[in-house]
Amino acid sequence: MAPRTLFDKIWDHHVVETLPDGTSILYIDRHLVHEVTSPQAFEGLRLAGRRLRHPEKTVAVVDHNVPTSDRSQPIEEEDSRNQIETLERNVKEFGVPYFPLLSSSQGIVHVVGPEQGISLPGMTIVCGDSHTSTHGAMGSLAFGIGTSEVEHVMATQTILQRPARNMRVTVEGTPGNGVSAKDIMLAIIGHIGTAGGTGHVIEFAGSAIRGLDMAGRMTICNMSIEAGARAGMVAPDDVTFEYVRNRPFAPKGDDFDKAVAYWRTLASDEGAHFDKEITLRAEDIAPSLTWGTSPETVVSITGTVPDPEQETDEAVKVQRRRMLEYMGLEAGQTIAGVPVDVVFIGSCTNSRIEDLRAVAHVAAGRKVAEGVRAMIVPGSGLVKQQAEQEGLDKIFLDAGFEWREAGCSMCLGMNPDRLTPQQRCASTSNRNFEGRQGPAGRTHLLSPAMAAAAAVTGCLTDVRELI
Amino acid sequence: MEKFTSLSAVAAALPEANIDTDKIIPARFLKTTKRTGLGKHAFDSMRYHPDGTENPDFVLNQLPWRHAEILITHDNLGCGSSREHAPWALLDFGIRCVIAPSFADIFFNNCFKNGILPICLPRELCDALMEDARMGSNARLTVDLPRQVVIRPDGKEIPFEIDPFRKHMLIEGLDDIGQTLLHEKRIDTYEEQVAHDRPWVPTISID
Ligand code: SF4
Repeated sequence: MAPRTLFDKIWDHHVVETLPDGTSILYIDRHLVHEVTSPQAFEGLRLAGRRLRHPEKTVAVVDHNVPTSDRSQPIEEEDSRNQIETLERNVKEFGVPYFPLLSSSQGIVHVVGPEQGISLPGMTIVCGDSHTSTHGAMGSLAFGIGTSEVEHVMATQTILQRPARNMRVTVEGTPGNGVSAKDIMLAIIGHIGTAGGTGHVIEFAGSAIRGLDMAGRMTICNMSIEAGARAGMVAPDDVTFEYVRNRPFAPKGDDFDKAVAYWRTLASDEGAHFDKEITLRAEDIAPSLTWGTSPETVVSITGTVPDPEQETDEAVKVQRRRMLEYMGLEAGQTIAGVPVDVVFIGSCTNSRIEDLRAVAHVAAGRKVAEGVRAMIVPGSGLVKQQAEQEGLDKIFLDAGFEWREAGCSMCLGMNPDRLTPQQRCASTSNRNFEGRQGPAGRTHLLSPAMAAAAAVTGCLTDVRELI
Repeated sequence: MEKFTSLSAVAAALPEANIDTDKIIPARFLKTTKRTGLGKHAFDSMRYHPDGTENPDFVLNQLPWRHAEILITHDNLGCGSSREHAPWALLDFGIRCVIAPSFADIFFNNCFKNGILPICLPRELCDALMEDARMGSNARLTVDLPRQVVIRPDGKEIPFEIDPFRKHMLIEGLDDIGQTLLHEKRIDTYEEQVAHDRPWVPTISID
């Protein structure tokens, strides 16, 4: 057999049938469901008199709308409450396993899946959310789908797909002090652009990627979607297997060993063909952040805001001018030192225990700057518990951070956590589009350590000066 | 799903690249549990001033483009979040066809699943169609799906590519689930095979 990539192998193992036109019916091992993109799918099933083919391969959580403040009170926002209650009715009616709001296992769907061992290597995993790419860090094929497809998976446990093209992004070397997975991914997106991965599944490889823990790999795969890719993945290795071992829904004992033996066969073969290849050196990457309203507008923290007039493409020029105006920045301005109003640490990109430790490392013994609102929203109830066991909450609260309940929160502002117009936010999330974190809000994407540095200095700061 | 065969309509030009799904329908409108009713919020931040009044400079607020059924943009239309609310909002507004030099993957797929025809044409042709579109109601564009051509007001035809399966589904107004369930036996066989090959794959139950 010709050498195959990790993607090719997982694909081949899940094709139920290829139709004459080249579309495949692809089997789905895990379907993750949340309250925002599922109601219309359940509605569709009900109207057609259909059931879920495999509720036991499906898991539901609430995350997008949930308040991250005190949960003993009923949810105030009526439409949020309605979506949550609708999901609760639907999971009951259709028999779908569900982590309720008050369970410590509740959290952001892309944090919960790996954490519970629901997302495993070699699997096909889908969810009605673009950042499903996160689970690719497990060495799985994981991608976001629309609500019609959610309904399709519910009814058939399959999805109609055409194979993607293969792309490999290799990062070699050792990242410098203060340079995290987030900085590596921002550098990659800055390099290839938001359409750089379109039509491709990206396999992340190279010593710098292998050297990352699972949280770092998840950060990278999470933002594959910002690079335009259909999915991102990292070949499963010993780091993966150690992470999976003993997770609640992972195989146990003998089964685990059998699973590992299978998972080891999945890595891309020597000589496998990639349609597109990019290589970066980790040493060339500095702590980075975005200055504009597209994730590709990346600068190093030592850099300056680029001048739109230098752009050759007229459309890009116009767009960049608009970004500067929206962001309240000037061409040529040094990015370090720009004052921030809000710091948001959270989202499925960076809300795991490893991220919170990086924040605590910077925040310990320091205070959040005057006038800055700094919030920390853990990715799940379990992450929150773990942080509290390690005493991180104490560090955060002493420094003046808000320590909140798990959910998507200010990543997209569907719950009350929103920016007010023109507020500038240093955010560990993944999208900086206009109005993403609240109407007219200004978002700078950066790493947890960089966010912590901004919180304690009150402005965008090179975290290397603080560690 | 409504069938799509041929459409003769006013087209609106939105000469911007990277129109993301947040722009098509901001997150704050995703709290609905229905598919309909989102049209009034389509392009909310471009269509309305912060005080809620209409922005008269925005093309979809002007006649005849208020009634546009075709939308033409620049590259990477529909990037960002996978929300299917984006095509629902377009459809509810009345858009049945979107034309751009390139599309984001998920948005492209979601269009087909909702009876919207996305057409990929080179940038120069999109620009030419935008010129036509600016002439307003005197210059309707015709999209003929069976023949795979866009017909300009002057009668010139621009051919476009489309996957034959998707074309068939659009023309027949077919729903994917029914199609797939025709292959249910194959799915059963696949599951038996996997249960044999990888018996260790756990199932999920939460008490
Ligand atoms: S944290 Fe943000 S990006 Fe992640 S699932 Fe929630 S809303 Fe989407």
